[in-house]
Amino acid sequence: MITIKNLEKGFNGEAVLRGLDATFIKGKTNMIIGSSGSGKSVFLKCMLGLFEPDSGDIIYEGESLLEMGAKRKSNLRKEMGMLFQHGALFDSMTVEENIMFPLRMFTRMNRKERIERSDELLERMNLTHINNKKPSEISGGQQKRVALARAIANNPKYLFCDEPNSGLDPKTATVIDNLIHEITVERNITTVIISHDMNSVMEIGENIVFLKDGVIAWKGTNQEIFKTDNKAITNFVYSSNLFRKVREAQNQGL
Amino acid sequence: MRFFKHIGAYMMMLARVFRRPTKGIVLKELILKEIDELIIGSLGITAFISLFMGAVVALQTALNLDNPLIPKSLIGFATRQSIILEFAPTFISVIMAGKVGSNIASSIGSMRVTEQIDALEVMGINPLNYLVFPKIIALLFYPLLIAIIMFVGIMGGYMAAVYGGLASAGDFIKGVQETFIPWHIAYAFIKTMVFGMLLATIPSYHGYTMKGGALDVGKASTTSFVWTCVAIIIANYILTQLLLS
Repeated sequence: MITIKNLEKGFNGEAVLRGLDATFIKGKTNMIIGSSGSGKSVFLKCMLGLFEPDSGDIIYEGESLLEMGAKRKSNLRKEMGMLFQHGALFDSMTVEENIMFPLRMFTRMNRKERIERSDELLERMNLTHINNKKPSEISGGQQKRVALARAIANNPKYLFCDEPNSGLDPKTATVIDNLIHEITVERNITTVIISHDMNSVMEIGENIVFLKDGVIAWKGTNQEIFKTDNKAITNFVYSSNLFRKVREAQNQGL
Repeated sequence: MRFFKHIGAYMMMLARVFRRPTKGIVLKELILKEIDELIIGSLGITAFISLFMGAVVALQTALNLDNPLIPKSLIGFATRQSIILEFAPTFISVIMAGKVGSNIASSIGSMRVTEQIDALEVMGINPLNYLVFPKIIALLFYPLLIAIIMFVGIMGGYMAAVYGGLASAGDFIKGVQETFIPWHIAYAFIKTMVFGMLLATIPSYHGYTMKGGALDVGKASTTSFVWTCVAIIIANYILTQLLLS
């Protein structure tokens, strides 16, 4: 579980995050949603320790990230898996080497065991015969799945995903969403996903935090999102033509 | 003010390079890979340039020897001194700033743009130790490259002088051996070590701290080349003043 307490962060005197309070639950797919520029990525980078907050606290299982020493922070990071928006696969390595990278760095597995684990993960991601390809030789959807395999290779306790299905076709996006949800439930890990894709939110958003202009404007589940009368979230949800039409159809009793 | 800010940031980066070391076996492989790319990969082009520069130095010296009282062995002497004292350590380092430095700045810069450096950091790996430390160690072998370059440069001078009919082989070799001061070799290697450090770290700094997109990677690469050259030229003056005067 990750608890956020009164988190604030700004750049050049301009506040980006303003007093955020949130709890990200273990075994559930937690989502941070909001329009571009709402502060989602800054929020995530603060949680990862890539940005130092101006004030507030980020608590991992009762332990403050901001009070941790460098060694403890480094150890905590070994328990994190991160799926970056564009994959961030190491382009000098093959797909297999990318997946084996965290295993090589942090485990005592020998090469055979690492290859077995990589094969197992690739099979899980429904990717075969690409082991020896470079990231530039595979499609965007495949890159995302390889990045997800790398993120979970070391059995992390926390999984962070930055817009995991941006730039993907709806079918591949659903595959990625379902994989993330399955892994979260199966391994009972704390997953935090940044997204502005409403399909994703409806598919797997079990604990949603809606950010608007650096403030949490709404919290709830994907079941509650259509029932709320919070104007900020309804404006965001129904800015999508598809959802607007669904609502119109519902209103007309269709 | 901005200049001093960069100097401070560069120094802080250097300190961070040696913290939180990467797993030994991985580091060993990275160092070998960097030696292959940075040192062995530069041998061909630097040897080629050196061969012709040695030849040109010999030719220029010979063409300026009008006085019959000046011995022909001066061609060998001038070639040796030029190659050992300045050409091999300094001129080749400037070339390396273009070849190796730009490569370092653009590869690290691309990793920054594509979030690969963030990925390393999130995994709990010190990106500076993982990316820059192996380059620093690899460039400790830079004096070996320069030793080869010195030999090839003098051979270039020999070929131009002897096969161009400007001096006999005996005269040239006599000149190369004449009034040889071993300290000059040590001076050249000390300079090379310092230049190697600058070649590894200045482009790394520009690549690591760059912001923006693909266009900015190119800009960082160009800026790193300019500043590496400036640093080499200034360091060359300071070291010459300290070690030779």
